[in-house]
Amino acid sequence: MLPALVDAPDQVRADRAAMLLIRHFETALLDLFARGELSGTTHTCLGQEHVPVAVSGLLGPDDHVLSNHRGHGHYLARFDDPEGLLAEIMGRAGAVCHGVGGSQHIHRPGYLSTGVQGESLPVAAGLALHLRRHRPGALACVYIGDGSWGEGAVYEALNLAALWHLPLLVVVEHNGIAQSTPTGQAMAGTVAGRAAAFGLAHTRITGTDPAAIRAGLAPLVARVRAGEPLIAEFHVPRLGPHSKGDDTRPAEQVAALPDWYPALAAAAPELDRAQRDRVARVVADVSARPPAEWTDR
Amino acid sequence: MRVADNINAALHSVLAGDERAYLIGEDLLDPYGGAFKVARGLSTRFPDRVLSTPISESAMTGVAAGLALAGDTAIVEYMFADFLTLGFDPLVNFAAKSVTMYGTRLPMRLIVRCPSGGGRGYGPTHSQTLTKHLIGVPGLAVFEMSPFRDAAEVFAEMLALAQPCVFVEDKILYTRRMHAVPHPFTASVRDGVAYVGTGEPPDLVLVAPGGTAGRAVAALHRLLIEDEIAGLLVVPSRLYPVSLDLPPVPHVVVAEDGTAGGTWGAEVAQHVHARHFADLAAPVTLVHAAGAVIPAAPHLEREVLVTAGTIYDAMVRTVRG
Repeated sequence: MLPALVDAPDQVRADRAAMLLIRHFETALLDLFARGELSGTTHTCLGQEHVPVAVSGLLGPDDHVLSNHRGHGHYLARFDDPEGLLAEIMGRAGAVCHGVGGSQHIHRPGYLSTGVQGESLPVAAGLALHLRRHRPGALACVYIGDGSWGEGAVYEALNLAALWHLPLLVVVEHNGIAQSTPTGQAMAGTVAGRAAAFGLAHTRITGTDPAAIRAGLAPLVARVRAGEPLIAEFHVPRLGPHSKGDDTRPAEQVAALPDWYPALAAAAPELDRAQRDRVARVVADVSARPPAEWTDR
Repeated sequence: MRVADNINAALHSVLAGDERAYLIGEDLLDPYGGAFKVARGLSTRFPDRVLSTPISESAMTGVAAGLALAGDTAIVEYMFADFLTLGFDPLVNFAAKSVTMYGTRLPMRLIVRCPSGGGRGYGPTHSQTLTKHLIGVPGLAVFEMSPFRDAAEVFAEMLALAQPCVFVEDKILYTRRMHAVPHPFTASVRDGVAYVGTGEPPDLVLVAPGGTAGRAVAALHRLLIEDEIAGLLVVPSRLYPVSLDLPPVPHVVVAEDGTAGGTWGAEVAQHVHARHFADLAAPVTLVHAAGAVIPAAPHLEREVLVTAGTIYDAMVRTVRG
């Protein structure tokens, strides 16, 4: 389902613009890698762009976001700063974290990502505890994947969140595959069953229209702010490799996955072109910058 | 005042003086007050800021890191230092790294307190000293409780660093009296390091963390009485990074709990060799526990752990060559 032009055209345009920005940003990264212009590793969120776009629209300035290894979309949906993110990934001047953190370790006020699976959930619980006392009504939103559920820290943190009534929103991007391992080989039971075991609210989302997603989530997120944690499980495709060139799935299986992009590009060709061009300009600009410097150690 | 009461008083003063300070750990609530009673009275006085957690070392350490990132002061009590292995990821991989891995130094007021060491017959998984595993981690400092320094002062030093610190607390030390040294020794403190000696120029320096201080003083006392060798005990509160300024002596011995191999003592030896090589008559001698798990039965445990006798023997061997 596309972001529909209903009663808030500015919001719809913003949602579409954000989804397209993330898509073109991630595509550009894979292209840069293929040309040997990026070092290290990166994990793109192709196919999952609508999740942070939908969720970010429900967050306020006091809310805290915790992201993971596949976090470019989380960052771009929150800050619309492709220059700072690309500079971080390329280790160039203007990098959000001066090139130290790279793709998986980004920090700005109200935002933090870390690359170890499950590590962020207890940290999010701590931030939620802080917010409850100092910013009542604010929440901590933590993005995890289906693979993260293999980690014990996830369960320790969910137990605390339920016991302590923390304003914690857990967004699960369930893309059906953890690196190369299908979820069916890694997870017994379900995310919903895990939520039920802790007495936590759970909702399952399959659509890709941010406005519709927000409409469904808004009342649940309002309850999070009052101390009722929520696990929002998005079923999404992973259209790209885990990192780069390491997809072991047959090409026809990947090609058969649903993708919001062709329909949106057809419905909003000018916006699509504008965002593609914007990313191209960012790539040209950042590529020409000098190396990042790490001074405040 | 007993050492446990001194740490308890220090915790009271941190929580009373800083309204953003938390104590987090297992079984902290009164009347229990923690497995070694060091948290006694705190949950009654600060009910909103003493958080008794489930048996979840990973989560309690991660929660503390989250609070510290938000600008709060977080003190974590581990029930046994052995369980640090369960909180290693949030401590080493996240909290310590967060100070610098985001490109700009982030202040993190986080102290992890861990009851360490043997001597109580708790057996192989409840008696270890894990200091060696915490050495050389960027962003992580290691301190140890000593009977010669008020814990409140050491807490203030750790919090002023604004980076995660591990605070090692020896379990036997908890019941010992603060500042007690036998005649003719006296203790003094300079720049965060305690010195215990007779006031005479020493023939030997014994470097030891606070937890071994009682055994170290007993060994030095015997060395003075039986062998007429004057030793100076040096007890730094901050174990790592190592920074020691020793008087010129021909012999230096380092005694610590924990097995040999990649140890704090080896770090001290390297430091002393680099700074005081010209004064030394022999390489620094290291004293460690035997290379074995720590047995439960008292007679077997004594065979493995560092005792006053082990330290005395090492000092005599070092001086006599």
